[in-house]
Amino acid sequence: MNASDAVAPLTESDVDVAGLAVHVVQRGSGPALVVLHHSTGPMWTPFYDALAEHFTVIAPEMPGFGRSSRPVTARHPSHLAVLLHQCLEVMGHTQVHVAGLGFGGWVAAEMAAMHQGRFSSLTLVGAAGIKPRTGFIHDPMTESWTDYARQSFRDDQSFIAYFGRNPSQEIIELWDYSREMTARVTWKPWMWSLQLPELLKAVTTPTLVVWGSEDRIVPLDCGEQYAELLSNSKLEVVPDAGHVVDLEQPDRLAELILKFSARA
Amino acid sequence: MFVGYFTERPYQDPTADWYGSATPVMDLSLSNGAIDPVLQADLYHRFFDEKLYVEEMNFDGVMLNSHHSTPFCMGGGPMNVEAGILARITQKLKIVLLGNVLPIWDDPLFLVEELGMIDVLSRGRLVAGWVRGTGRESVSHNAQSPYNWERFQEAHDFIVKAWTTPGPFRWEGDHFQYRYVNPWVRPYQQPHPQIWVPGNISRATVEWAARHRYPYIMLDTQLHLTEQTFEIYREEARRNGYEAGPQHLGYMFRVHVDDTDEKAYETGRKLIEGPGNVFLDGSNGKANIWAMNLPGLNTRKHEGYLPTIQFDPAAQSRGIATGQKVGSALDEATWVHEDVSPEEHTKRRYRIWNDVLERHAAVVGTPESVLPRIRHVLETLRPGNVFFWHGDGDMTHDEAMRGIRYMGEYVLPAVREMGKELGLTSAFEIDTQTNQPFATPQPR
Repeated sequence: MNASDAVAPLTESDVDVAGLAVHVVQRGSGPALVVLHHSTGPMWTPFYDALAEHFTVIAPEMPGFGRSSRPVTARHPSHLAVLLHQCLEVMGHTQVHVAGLGFGGWVAAEMAAMHQGRFSSLTLVGAAGIKPRTGFIHDPMTESWTDYARQSFRDDQSFIAYFGRNPSQEIIELWDYSREMTARVTWKPWMWSLQLPELLKAVTTPTLVVWGSEDRIVPLDCGEQYAELLSNSKLEVVPDAGHVVDLEQPDRLAELILKFSARA
Repeated sequence: MFVGYFTERPYQDPTADWYGSATPVMDLSLSNGAIDPVLQADLYHRFFDEKLYVEEMNFDGVMLNSHHSTPFCMGGGPMNVEAGILARITQKLKIVLLGNVLPIWDDPLFLVEELGMIDVLSRGRLVAGWVRGTGRESVSHNAQSPYNWERFQEAHDFIVKAWTTPGPFRWEGDHFQYRYVNPWVRPYQQPHPQIWVPGNISRATVEWAARHRYPYIMLDTQLHLTEQTFEIYREEARRNGYEAGPQHLGYMFRVHVDDTDEKAYETGRKLIEGPGNVFLDGSNGKANIWAMNLPGLNTRKHEGYLPTIQFDPAAQSRGIATGQKVGSALDEATWVHEDVSPEEHTKRRYRIWNDVLERHAAVVGTPESVLPRIRHVLETLRPGNVFFWHGDGDMTHDEAMRGIRYMGEYVLPAVREMGKELGLTSAFEIDTQTNQPFATPQPR
């Protein structure tokens, strides 16, 4: 779905994962970089275009989101992680860089814990999945989609600059549909896994953990825990960004990923 | 005809500043730190006293409901406890629970046991109703909303099986699993207590109730919208090979009877106002439509909704552009008080009350003047099962007792005659499962 006036992605296809359609959008050339979207749903944004100048960007709409079919028995982000590994298997990608945004970061971390051999590098941006030692991961379930999206930016002006005061009906429907799928795979506990920290200790994939300095959704402490648990990782805090670093600092984030993956 | 009595058991605190507060009170934003347990004890006693009087005044039953984490209903968690007490302190009343919120129970075997005990203790007076909850309930008990409908159906199937199949047995469902089901209580009514289903929003629930031949109870909707929903039930019944009769349909509306029409008008108005219920039409509570309609709780398809006044907020919170206006009374229920003068405030409250009366969501008057209005409701909707909603909002104990007396002494006998004349058979006269009279008369 195009939320910006960016150049349209080059290719779109449905990958058949044992009867389940996973819609994959791709653009660019170079090393394969899989980007997993936020819980608010797939949107092709300038961040993806910035990456596509250096990578073959592979942006699957995670199972149950966007145009991908819904895996009705999925109950946990790790189930989406299995399906995405299977999707990459079908596509023939044995070695990829992976970047996950927010909820997509959790799914990416689950994927790394399952099969790190496929990963050349991992970037987690404001990733959920770990219980903060103090505070909570923000719960949007009793507020409007717009209120939630607003808080995912560093401030209201930043949100309005991106979506306007009244986001379009198309965006509202995307957010609503995505929220339902999110609620199908994480609810209790909200946005964290008891098991994941234990599983991450064995992951040696070079990992860049990126956090917006003004993230109001997932506490920075979660980023610090990711950095502590993953033995080959570094934490980068990006100024002037909230939870959606990809929307507020797209070029900076793309540059961080480019430099990190080149060294990995 | 079955005529029951209902009140939400509001937490009426005359010192609360919720009613008429400067800004609307958002649902789920009130702290329970405001509760005075001494006052609450008095209120619980009051509502049980009134129910004893309801029995003395010859109502057929009482209805209890269950809303959580809100002052407008003190029976949220304790509804089955209340029913247990009623089972012991009353003799004849049907105890109609509308109902237990099935999807929020992680262990529905407790319901099998608790409701079984209530049915036994009352010697077969329980009506077990099931609801899906308003969202407030799923928030309070943290039930995963996208699975609300699946959990509702599976919990129902499990409970009915546990009531009707000698144990022990094993249950391995998608949402509930048990290695040993063998509760040491069996329902007094065989094969199991009647199951009724109330609703306002979901078409799927109406159709499900019709397929199971369970009475469907509409709560305080506009008459023509209720009619349309009843027709959905009848159509589904025909598709399932039977004709739905009055015994399959129920309706609840506010009734207050008093010494004079003027007094009934003023006292009846309290039903929609007061600190006990900030969410009634005349109060200043603002429903949190996001909490009420959690993701997946309601369908994203336009055609999945009933044509009731609740439709728009529900649909809009699922991102469906309805292009329709919410009913005028609801609009006015959420004004910001600081924007209007006290005189204008009063004017608006009366306008809301008049609107409620006009759409027959409330009938008030003297024993004589209410009868034609009640008859209009009965003739229009033809329900065999009716509830008078009373004692709510700001209504005092004395006013409630006075209304109950007038209803019992004058209105109920006349309404029962109307029911006979109009052929409004209840679910206790005609078995909804067979459309035949019960082989053994059901105790009234």
